[in-house]
Amino acid sequence: MEAIKRKKLKEKIIENIFLICACVAVISLLAITFFVFYNGLKPFVSNSYSLWSFLTGVEWRPGSNLYGILYMFVGSIFATLGAIIIGVPVAILTAVFIAELAGSKVGKLIRFAVELLAGIPSVLYGVFGLGIIVPYVLKISPMAQGESLLATILVLAIMILPTVISISETSLSTVPMEYREGSYALGASKIQTIFRVVIPAARSGIMTGVILGIGRAIGETMAVMLVCGNPIAGIPTSIFSQIRPLTTNIALEMGYAAGVHQELLYSTGVVLFIFIMIINFTVNKLVKAKVGS
Amino acid sequence: MNKKIKFNTKNLDLYYGDFQALKSINLEIYEKEVTAFIGPSGCGKSTFLRCLNRMNDLIDSVKIEGEIIFEGQDINGDIDVINLRTRVGMVFQKPNPFPMSIYENIAYGPKCQGVKDKTQLDTLVKESLVKAALWEEVKDRLNKSALGLSGGQQQRLCIARAIAMQPEVILMDEPTSALDPIATAKIEDLMSKLKKDYTIIIVTHSMQQAGRISDKTAFFLMGEVVEFNETPVIFTNPADKRTEDYITGRFG
Repeated sequence: MEAIKRKKLKEKIIENIFLICACVAVISLLAITFFVFYNGLKPFVSNSYSLWSFLTGVEWRPGSNLYGILYMFVGSIFATLGAIIIGVPVAILTAVFIAELAGSKVGKLIRFAVELLAGIPSVLYGVFGLGIIVPYVLKISPMAQGESLLATILVLAIMILPTVISISETSLSTVPMEYREGSYALGASKIQTIFRVVIPAARSGIMTGVILGIGRAIGETMAVMLVCGNPIAGIPTSIFSQIRPLTTNIALEMGYAAGVHQELLYSTGVVLFIFIMIINFTVNKLVKAKVGS
Repeated sequence: MNKKIKFNTKNLDLYYGDFQALKSINLEIYEKEVTAFIGPSGCGKSTFLRCLNRMNDLIDSVKIEGEIIFEGQDINGDIDVINLRTRVGMVFQKPNPFPMSIYENIAYGPKCQGVKDKTQLDTLVKESLVKAALWEEVKDRLNKSALGLSGGQQQRLCIARAIAMQPEVILMDEPTSALDPIATAKIEDLMSKLKKDYTIIIVTHSMQQAGRISDKTAFFLMGEVVEFNETPVIFTNPADKRTEDYITGRFG
C-alpha cells in the first residue's frame, strides 16, 4: 500500500514539474505584455502626451518635447516590404534549387551555407552592412550619407533568407513524388512541373516561411540600427532617405531616457507589438482562406 | 486480323545499379488492344511499363540496354522525351490528381503544351471527362478541388487527364489496386471502351482482371518474360510450367 502511494506521489510531482516548466513561457509572455502595455499606455492615460500627436507626428525631439512616430512606422513598413520583395523570390528560388534541381552534393553544400547564415549574430549583419553595403549605396546615392532605406532593405533581405529558404525547402520536399510523376507523365517539363505543380502544392508552407521572414524583418534591431541612419524627423521619400524603424528608436534611447520620454519609448513598443500581431493574424487568415479554396 | 505493332522491344536489359531488374525482354505490343502484364511482386512488370514512356529517367541509378522501338523509332536513343510522353500517357497505381480543380487537372497537360484558347480547353476538358465516364458525376463542380472526389473518381480523372493529351498509348500501372470492387468494375468497363481508340498496356496483380479485360497477356518472373500470348491461351493452355503454376495459384 505504502509503496503504491509513494509511487503515485512521485508521478504527481514529476507531472507538476512539467507543468511549471510550461508555465514559464506563458508567464513570461503575460509579464512582458503587461509591462510594455502598462508603461506604454501611461502617458496617454495620464494625459502627459497626446496619443494623436504620438501616432501622427513626424518628428522625434525629446529635447523639444516632440514625440511623433509616424515616420518611424512608415520606415519600418517600407524596410520590411522592400526586404520581402527582394528576399522572398531569391529565397524561394534557392529553396527550389536545393530541393528540386541541385544534385545531392551541391544541395547539401548550399543547405549548409544557409544554416550557417542563420547562425550569424545580427550585429555582424549590421557590421557587414555598414562596411560593405553602405559605402556602395553612398556611391550611387544623391545624399551625403550611405545609411538609408536601401541599405536597410538589403541587409534585411539577406537576413530573412535562411528562414524563408529552410522552411520553403522543407515544404517543397514534402510534396509527394506522385505529383511530380503525374506531371512528367503528361509531358510537362521539369520547370513546368516545379512552377505549376510543386510550388503551388507547397504554398502553405512557403507562406509560413514568408510570415516568419516578415516577423524577423520588422523586429530586427541591431543590424538595422547600424545602417538605417536613425534621423530625428521626416517620412522617407526615396530609397536613399534615412529611416528610423520603431525597433531602433527604442534601443537607441531606452538606456538614458526618463519620465515621459521613457514611457513613450514603451509606447513605441506597444505600437510595434500590435503591428506585428496584426500582420501575423492577417497573413495567417489570407493563407488559410487561399488554401481552403 | 492484321494489327500494327505499336511497341517492339529487342533484348531489353535494365539495371538498378548492379541489380539486373529486366533480362532480355522481347515483346511486341499491338495497336488498339489491351495487353496485360502479370507476375509476382518485384518481377519487373512495372519497371518494364515505365520504360515505355521513359519514366525511369527520374531514377538516377537506372541503366538501360537494348531497344524499344515505338512507331519505328528507338525511344532509348536521343529522342524528345516530352513528345514521347504526350503520345504515351500513364495512369498510376495510386490516384494522383494534382491539388487543383477538376478542370485544371484535365487542362494541365494541354496547357503545358501551350494550348491557351479557352474554348478549345473547355471542349477538351468535357470530351476527356465524357470519354473517362466521369462527366455526368462532375459536370456541376468542375471548379471544385479534385481532392474532394472519391478514389475511383480520382482514378477516372487521372485517366481523363491522360486522354486529354490525345495519346496513342495509355500505360496503366495497377490502376485499380487502391480501389473498391465497384470502382474497379467501372474502370475495367472503361478500359474495354477505350481500347477502340487507344493501345492500352496494364500491369495488374489480379489475374482475374487480366483475364477479363486483356487481349494478350505477358507473364513476368524474376525480370524475364516467361510467356506472352493471347490471354485465353495463357489462362487455359499455358506452354510453360511456371506460368501454369502461377495461374493456378501455386506461388506468387
